[in-house]
Amino acid sequence: MLGARGLSIGYDGRTVAAGIDLTVARGEVLCLLGPNGAGKTTLFKTLLGLIPPIAGEVTVGERPLGSLTRAELAKSMAYVPQAQVMEFAYTVLDLVLMGRTVHLGPFSAPGRRDHERAHAALADLGIADLADAEANRISGGQRQLCLVARALAQDAPLLVMDEPTASLDLGNRLLVLERVRALKAQNYGVVFSTHDPDQARDLATTVAVIAGGRLAAYGAPQDTVTGPILSAVYGVDVVVERTESGRHVVAPRC
Amino acid sequence: MPSSIDSSVVRPRADARRSAVVIGGLLVILLLAVLLAAMLGPYPLTPGEVIAAIARRVIGAAQPGPVDTVLFQIRLPRVAAALLVGAALAAAGASYQTLFRNPLVSPDILGVSAGAGFGAVLGILLSLPVFAIQGLGFVTGMITVGIVYTLARALRSQNEILVLVLAGIVVGALAGAGISLVKILADPYNQLPAITFWLLGSLSGIKVSDVQVVAPLVILGLVPLGLLRWRIGVLSLGDDEARALGVNVRFVRGVVITSATLITATAVSVSGVIGWIGLVIPHMARLLVGPRYDRVLPAAALMGAGFLVLIDTVARTAARIEIPLGLLTALFGAPVFVWLLARGRRMWS
Repeated sequence: MLGARGLSIGYDGRTVAAGIDLTVARGEVLCLLGPNGAGKTTLFKTLLGLIPPIAGEVTVGERPLGSLTRAELAKSMAYVPQAQVMEFAYTVLDLVLMGRTVHLGPFSAPGRRDHERAHAALADLGIADLADAEANRISGGQRQLCLVARALAQDAPLLVMDEPTASLDLGNRLLVLERVRALKAQNYGVVFSTHDPDQARDLATTVAVIAGGRLAAYGAPQDTVTGPILSAVYGVDVVVERTESGRHVVAPRC
Repeated sequence: MPSSIDSSVVRPRADARRSAVVIGGLLVILLLAVLLAAMLGPYPLTPGEVIAAIARRVIGAAQPGPVDTVLFQIRLPRVAAALLVGAALAAAGASYQTLFRNPLVSPDILGVSAGAGFGAVLGILLSLPVFAIQGLGFVTGMITVGIVYTLARALRSQNEILVLVLAGIVVGALAGAGISLVKILADPYNQLPAITFWLLGSLSGIKVSDVQVVAPLVILGLVPLGLLRWRIGVLSLGDDEARALGVNVRFVRGVVITSATLITATAVSVSGVIGWIGLVIPHMARLLVGPRYDRVLPAAALMGAGFLVLIDTVARTAARIEIPLGLLTALFGAPVFVWLLARGRRMWS
């Protein structure tokens, strides 16, 4: 339902990466991997329609992204930014209610049904008891889940997550990943970027590796998250090993 | 899943009912402040006299006399002006703090006060009549922000907010230099004191006709802010997030800047430069109703109105001469701001 064809991305006419083709449907997880500065964030912003593509096209459903209004886009896909401390001390519920914005009349504030939807989204992620907590004073993982809840309250079938596990400790990271897996099972389409190839291997339906100004690899995790590809992309010598439990981990060759 | 948390993190429900009660309370306080302001002055009135005179006027049975003259020709127009200017400055401050995601922002951020000040002092230098001084101040305030906005758009930066603030500082500084130039050129015995007094803010000499101009302009600016209250609040998340949530950021931001500029320019042109209200009052509103803009806006407007009504009453009754409003608001604002800082970094909560 989200696709890119022959996409070139960049800022101010300066190309960061080109020749990007990808697609993600409901019930799929597309994972973006790539070294720092390769253009993951630029690609995200282009897919979200926040910056225009330099060439090529992004499609939402079957329509070109440029032909959709902000409101139509917001009903198609929800953005989950990296959780940061905010200037204003909103409660978790206030933040999740903001996910309802696109469903409100232009001059309206959230009503009873919006509150119900927000509480349901929080319950869905197992953080219903945080509704009245101040979002700046809960743990990073809880805050990330709060932003996921906001995206769920937006009632868009596609979730775009910018490094949802960056700067989270082990417990919170596993918590967020478990929720992403559950969302996939609930037939949401998910796009997420990460620095962790293990996550990609573990969670993704499709992996897109961005490096060297192009799509360096694209396909199923077992074909893309491999020792040779990762070694080439990150410039280090690594292998992908299978653990006793059947999972795959990336390790330095020794 | 472990989501149990320290119970101190959970705030008492800052829900709709609570903020409705707070806003109702602020309205009552404002009415009491208006009553007090109407009573006090060189010709003191009792609460009964004030209420009876207003009631007679409302039912169309006014009795001409000294009470009505003092109340309706002198005192209430000034109280109404204080109410409107206070509400305008606090509402503009709350809006800009939300829009710029910065609690240290005041309504002057885009140069409107400096611009309006330049126009007004130029009017004084040219010995224009009072209404022309006010009109010139209003127009130059609006033009200044127009230049800032156009400049920021022309620079086409990725960070539109930052460029807007920097353009505001540059153009505001230029207008400030213009004010200094006018001061140097002004006649030091008549015009310079008038300029200095105007720049410190005052509501002396307000007439009914001033209120008839100011009221519709302030209301015209407040209505769009009230209508778009929820979307303006969403802008506080930043441009990218607000866009992804379906908000037409450029349109809403344009409405905020236009409305806040309109009400600030109106306020400054009629009252002169009154600092601190637009900075401090929104913080105090947030302490009462939480950070949500749809609640901060009415709370800040009511508090700003009540505050300036009281301050202006002090200004005209505390001493034998009129005390400039800017002095009194600074006397109040600076220590309150320090107190807010001392409450810790959560002051903008």
